[in-house]
Amino acid sequence: MTFFVNFFVAAVLMGTTLMYGTLGEILTEKAGNMNLGVEGLIYMGGSSGLIAAFLYERALGAGAVPGVSVALAFIAAFLAAALGSLLYAFLTITLRTNQNVTGLALTIFGVGYGEFFGEYFRGVGGGRLQISEAAGAIYSKPLLPAFLRDIPVVGKLLFSYNFMIYLCVAIAFVMAWYFARTRSGMSLRAVGEDPATADAAGINVTRYKYLATCLGGGICGLGGLYFTMVSGGGNWSTGAMDGKGWLAVALVIFALWRPLRAVWGSIVFGALMIMYMRVTQFHIPTEIYKILPYVVTVIVLISISIRQKRENQPPASLGVAYFREER
Amino acid sequence: MNRKEPLIRLAKRDDLGTMNAWIIRIVSIFAALILFAGLIVSVGYNPVSVYVAMIGGALGSPLNIQQTIKIMIPLLGASLAIAPAFKMKFWNIGVEGQITVGGICATYFALTFQNSWPSGVLLPVMCLAAAIGGGLWGMLPAVFRAKWGTNETLFTLMLNYIAIGVVKYLQGGPWEKVPKGTQMIERFAQTARMPNVWGVTAGGFIVLALVIFMYCYLRFTKQGYQIAVVGESEATARYAGINVGRVIVRTMFVSGAIAGLVGFIVVSGINYTLSDSVAGGVGFTGITVAWLAQLNPIGMVFISMLLAVLTKGASTINTLTHNALPESMSDMLTGLILFCMLASEFFIRYRMIFRTRQKEAAK
Repeated sequence: MTFFVNFFVAAVLMGTTLMYGTLGEILTEKAGNMNLGVEGLIYMGGSSGLIAAFLYERALGAGAVPGVSVALAFIAAFLAAALGSLLYAFLTITLRTNQNVTGLALTIFGVGYGEFFGEYFRGVGGGRLQISEAAGAIYSKPLLPAFLRDIPVVGKLLFSYNFMIYLCVAIAFVMAWYFARTRSGMSLRAVGEDPATADAAGINVTRYKYLATCLGGGICGLGGLYFTMVSGGGNWSTGAMDGKGWLAVALVIFALWRPLRAVWGSIVFGALMIMYMRVTQFHIPTEIYKILPYVVTVIVLISISIRQKRENQPPASLGVAYFREER
Repeated sequence: MNRKEPLIRLAKRDDLGTMNAWIIRIVSIFAALILFAGLIVSVGYNPVSVYVAMIGGALGSPLNIQQTIKIMIPLLGASLAIAPAFKMKFWNIGVEGQITVGGICATYFALTFQNSWPSGVLLPVMCLAAAIGGGLWGMLPAVFRAKWGTNETLFTLMLNYIAIGVVKYLQGGPWEKVPKGTQMIERFAQTARMPNVWGVTAGGFIVLALVIFMYCYLRFTKQGYQIAVVGESEATARYAGINVGRVIVRTMFVSGAIAGLVGFIVVSGINYTLSDSVAGGVGFTGITVAWLAQLNPIGMVFISMLLAVLTKGASTINTLTHNALPESMSDMLTGLILFCMLASEFFIRYRMIFRTRQKEAAK
């Protein structure tokens, strides 16, 4: 039982980067834009957030307030990734470039950006790009009061996490509510399904696409922040985030473009990612465990295309640019 | 409130001419270089001297040129592999994985027969195995797409990581060199290595031959024409009596096979071993190269050369500045150039018409 509880907690901790990335990408894809730049956005967010906190603490020294450092890191991570997506949005929506190619360019740029500034500021910091212990504690400290955490089993399973995890779950619930229950959310989905019809119905397609892409990108950036601050302990290490963005893209499919499925999906993926460290009884090589998330995604992808259930399909116009004049 | 004419209107351009189009693209490259110069200044370096040092590092001596070409060969090969698939509007972003599988197949024969077969037999077998392996790996998503319409972008993307995971398993497991614990596969014996010509692997010639092959294949053959028709409209292709599913599967075999060949060239001609970074991202960068070259193989030669020069130049800068300017700056610069060139396509295709004063006065 303890093993299971610990395993579950570790899976949640591991999966949250993916949860942020996936939720951001779901928002983007629901508006019909397939942004393959998630990998780059996670890098941009992670490095910018860390650097903002680092520079602030360096400037003020001992006078730095940990809370301000956290707030600045949040703003920087969100803004950097949102600006990266704005670039993507401008290119694909206004300048009508190919979404796949532009997304890949964003990944190349974003990974380069993250690694470049991460390395550069590590040099500035004398070999270490790290936040203060006080600020780091805010990220790792459990959010909820002790009496909840002390409930046996359930307390550990549900109430023992840091604030970034609850924030992410909250985003998922808000998104699910937004898509299903609000007029604006339905308009957004209409834009992703059939932009021409949405346009005819008086929905501002361009505005929805821009907003969804930039907000979604910003959320992906928070995933990067989570990774550097929580998984990485507030410390930059080169190449550590490698592949997280692609896993998030995979998880979007696994979650069938539904925010709440992304929550438990990210726990499943987190579990698959750490299984090689914890479950060794079966004599399966560790590297085979690590490809499981991708194999599972392929199976899901194939089965949704074979079964053709309408509610499980990708947004119909996903990846297709919309030009009003070229209908 | 009177309705105003929008500030900018767009109109499709008539054909701009290849020459003018390339001038716009080159201008966009310079725009990216200028943007990046701002960044170099902000971290305290002189952009002009950085760029000069980069070009020197990439092209300054025969040895540097050889290393630049070494970077260019897989990149060009990968973009050639992408050309037929993208022409068909089949978004194959799995070239990374197809290269990897090609590398695995070639390496299997290298490790098994390098001490028993002569080079003249072993190398062609490795080459063939790589092409078939890569081709089949590429065909897999095509079959599902043709039969059930499975989304190929996501499918091919996932297959990349499965292929790379298999290599990670092989290099840490059955194929790991003795003594164990290095997570590396032994370097090939001489028999399994492709010879060098002028200090560069003979694989370069395979890629050059592929450039010509791909140019002719897409332009002058019946299959190339079918690819173009399917790419324009699947419905039209069907009415014209083209078996769309067959074209998709066949083309993806060709695409994957070329990628597999690139894998063979990398393991047998450049690295002399297999590692999980055998493709090293060229599958992704190759996509942008192919796209920016308008899927024209000749254009790919120039664009892949440009990116290779940047990559090699950036690693030189990194050495010269003792790590103060990290190597990853080439990725950032590559990304910027891609953005600018992508944006330039818009100005090649469309004309912007600004609102003029006279019209408003006339109203």
